Formats: sequence, structure tokens, C-alpha cells
Amino acid sequence: MILVPGRSQKQGTSLNKGKLKDEYLEVTTTAELNEQDMRRLKLSNGDKIRLKSDIGQTVVTCISKKEEDLPSGMIFIPYGPSSSQLMGSDTAASGMPMSKHMQVEVTKVKS
Amino acid sequence: MPEAAKSKPKESKNIRIVKDATCTFCGCVCDDMELTVDLDAHRITKAKKACVLGRAWFYEHTLEDRPVVLIDGKEATLDEGLDEAARILVDAKFPITYGLSDCPCEAQRVAVDIMDTINGNIDTTTSVCHGPSGMAFQGVGESTATLGEIKNRADLVIYWGGNPAESHPRHFTRYAVTPKGMFIPNGKKDRTVVLVDVRKTPSTPVADIFIQVKPGKDFELLWALRALVKGKKISEDIEEQTGVSREVLDDLVERMKNCQFGVLFMGMGLTMTRGRHFNSGAIYSLASDLNEFTHFVAKPVRGHGNVTGADNVVSWQTGYPFGVNFNRGYPRFNPGEFTTSDVLARGEADAAMIVASDPASNFSKKAIEHLEKIPVISMDVKETHTTRLSRVRFAVATYGINTGGTVYRMDDVPISLRPAFDSPFPTDQEVLEGICQRVKKMLSGSKARVAA
Repeated sequence: MILVPGRSQKQGTSLNKGKLKDEYLEVTTTAELNEQDMRRLKLSNGDKIRLKSDIGQTVVTCISKKEEDLPSGMIFIPYGPSSSQLMGSDTAASGMPMSKHMQVEVTKVKS
Repeated sequence: MPEAAKSKPKESKNIRIVKDATCTFCGCVCDDMELTVDLDAHRITKAKKACVLGRAWFYEHTLEDRPVVLIDGKEATLDEGLDEAARILVDAKFPITYGLSDCPCEAQRVAVDIMDTINGNIDTTTSVCHGPSGMAFQGVGESTATLGEIKNRADLVIYWGGNPAESHPRHFTRYAVTPKGMFIPNGKKDRTVVLVDVRKTPSTPVADIFIQVKPGKDFELLWALRALVKGKKISEDIEEQTGVSREVLDDLVERMKNCQFGVLFMGMGLTMTRGRHFNSGAIYSLASDLNEFTHFVAKPVRGHGNVTGADNVVSWQTGYPFGVNFNRGYPRFNPGEFTTSDVLARGEADAAMIVASDPASNFSKKAIEHLEKIPVISMDVKETHTTRLSRVRFAVATYGINTGGTVYRMDDVPISLRPAFDSPFPTDQEVLEGICQRVKKMLSGSKARVAA
């Protein structure tokens, strides 16, 4: 699936409290998936999932978004330490790593 | 909810009102705030006109109980911290400075001075923000305007790859969508707002037209628009490639050619994805092309409060906006070679001074791993992943809340800051000046020794 890290309002307000505080950590480890993809992967809101790229992996909580709001095959996550674990260092001579279009594998983490 | 609003501390009598204060949380740099400051509690209790992000910025930046300086985790004096920081930088063979987008221009210029003095490498958060737009700007130029002109004149506003409702809430209400302007007397009613993005966001309801592009296909869509504006044929499978139908493209082209004043605002959905500077170059070129028919401009929507100031200051002093290296005794610019993410990921830097940013949180895994291996000096108003791994940490005052200075709005308009209350912590500028003086003294001593 394609992972798109980006800004969210809650990320913006929580980083003012502190990036090491629980609220920021929670915001940046909560990924949004299309509800169709959630059904296909047998996931429910609040389940833990492992996102794995060629670079690294991270475990986050998933929540569903309506199909019309998030296309199938796409995951959105407020960017932060968790999404950085998946990001490659190649910048194609631009200085900018590929931060918004990462190929990831999604697996459910059994509790 | 911000703590100040939730806990409602007892109202003090020692209240100060700061009118026309400036919020430096994002690149909108709104300078019409009215702050109510409780001088006894050292906190802002009310921020009139601030958006949700601005309120969090003002309410959460109080005086924290932190040591001014920590060296290897142990409390030290300011002088000891400055001495150690200078020693680290002077001893390094490839010292770098990074960040600088959340401090005033007066501090930024001292950071450039330090790197110039020690033949180091200077880069700002621009390189992982609109650095690609800066590269495109150099390649194809920019048809530009201030946000004031846009407010007064723009009747077609296109946001591409951004979500201002969450990242820059007042961009809509103060500058580009709802405000009434000189030639836009009815505000939003006189404007058409278009949003292009890979997904629906809280910004989507603001738009009259939402265009959903397939991820990583922005360049193809922009190039097709350029072709249509010039009356050229485009591939018949454009919808299959980009997710956008020919009818939608034709309609947008007609609107762009026939508006009075159009603006293309680009977000990091263009610069952080496949295509990077080619995407930004395509959007700048599209705006330039449209000037054959009407007035059209393109502007990047900048993130941090003074990231635009960083571009300006580094440009004044080195000739280049970011990713500048002084190893040979003169400035060289080369994104990919001298940008911090690359310099760290390749393991080249052997010391880093990080000012007002958190690369240990936002950089690639490989870059962070190298940052963990080298001596790091950090300056920040709060604890971050970067301050945690730093050998020398300086806790500093918050710019715009505790300090004055100059910042640049995202449209390159400079704005003076009006501080709300004093801080016992030094400013970024004071710390950087202290390091700069020591570095110069150490180097003049070593030169004297060599000469002897």
C-alpha cells in the first residue's frame, strides 16, 4: 500500500505541548486506512498494525476512513518519528527524501 | 484543548495586553493578534484572532523548569556550554548547522557567520520543505505576488498538494478565500476555489471544485494542463494516467485563462513526492504560461514561522538559499550534496549544531543513526528527540513570545515581533553570538600559533 505522511491539526496542537509527550506520540502513531482495506485486512478500529518498507518497520494503531475520503490502497499518518522509520535516505540529488509516497506492507499485529 | 484554556488559572492583576502581536507558529505569520498576558504566571491567557494552532502555540509556551545548559546530561553554566559548543565545532572536520526556521533573522545570520568562520556546512529546514521549489525557482523563475495582492485581487485560487485547513488555518480566512478585498468586494462569493490533492481532507469542503489526482501523478497532470493552455494535444489516456478526466481539465483550463487574477498555491504534496522539483517547476511554468492570457502567480505555502526568513538570510550572506558548504573557503550550493539529510545519511558530518528543529524525529532512519554517533549541539524551547541525543543542550527563549526580532512571512514580507513576557532563558541569538565569539577567538589563537 502507499503511505502518505502529512500534517494534521491535532499533530500541530500537540507538538506545542511537546514532542515527547503522550498526546504527540499517540497522534503520530495513528494511521488512517480506507474502510474497504480495513475489511480486506480483517482490521478493526484500534488494532495494531505493522508497516514495513524496504528501509524499516514500525507498529501503529489503525482507524478507518470512509471510502470517499481516502482512496483504497492509501494510508495516511501524521508524520513524525514513526513514519521516519520507514523513510529512505535517497533524495535523488534534491535534498528531499521521498517522504510522501512510500510503499509499505501492512500486517496485523496479534495482541 | 490547550492547557491554559482547560485549567483556567486564577486571573492575575498584573495583566499586559499586547496588540498587533505576531504568531510565529506557521508561515502565515499573522500579525494581528491581541494577547492577554498574565505577567505573574508568565503565560498568555488569551490570544484574540489566533487560529487553533496559534492558540496552542501561545498557550503552551510558558516558562518550563529546565536547566539552561546540559552537557552530557549534566547541568552546566551558560559559559561552560558555550565553551564546549565552540570546542566541538572548531575540532570538527565537517561541522554542519541545520534548522533555523523557528528563530528570528538576527539569530540566523549569526549561524551563517559561524559556519563561514569554520568552513562548515549550513542548511535549513527548507531542504526538507520547499527546497525543491527553491531549486525550481532558480530554473524557471517565479511569477509572484504578496498575500495582500492575492487578498485584494485573486478571483481564482488553486491549492495543489496542501491541506491549509489543518496546517495553515488562517490562510483561508485572512489571505486567500474568505476575506473581502479591494477588487473582491464579496469575499468568497467572488472567488472560485479549486483544491487538487490525492485524498479528501478537511480543506476539501472549502473548495468549489475538488480534483483528486492519483498519487505520484502531479507532474503528468500539470504538464497536461500546460499543453492544454497552449492549445496542444494531450494523450487520450490522461484520465487513466492521472485519475482526472479530460472534461475536468478543459473546464479548469478555461477558468484559468479567463480569470482576472489567478494564484496557484503549492503544498508539500508536490515537493515531498515523486517528481519533487520537477513538480514545483511545472507549477511555476504553468503560472508563467497563463500570463499570456491573464495575470497568474504561483506561491509555495511555507510551513515554519521563519523558514522564509532563513531562505532570505542565507541567500543574502552566501548567495544561495539552503544546502551551502564553505569547505573550500567560499560558498558552494548543491542540493543532494550539501543538504543535511544527505550529509548525515552518507556519514560525512562529524559534528552538528541544530537550531530550533528536530531532525532526530523527522529525518530518514539512516540520517538519524548517524546523528546519534556524532557530537550534537542543540538549541530548542522544548525537549525533543534531537535535544535528547545532544551532547550540549541549550534551553532558549521562545521567539515572538519572549523575544523580538524579524521574521519573514511566506510571501517574503518582513514583520517585526512584539514579545509578550520576559524569559530567564537566553535567546537563540545570544547563544549563537556566544559560540561565534569563542569560535573566532579559538581560531585566531590557533592561527597565531601556526604563524609563530
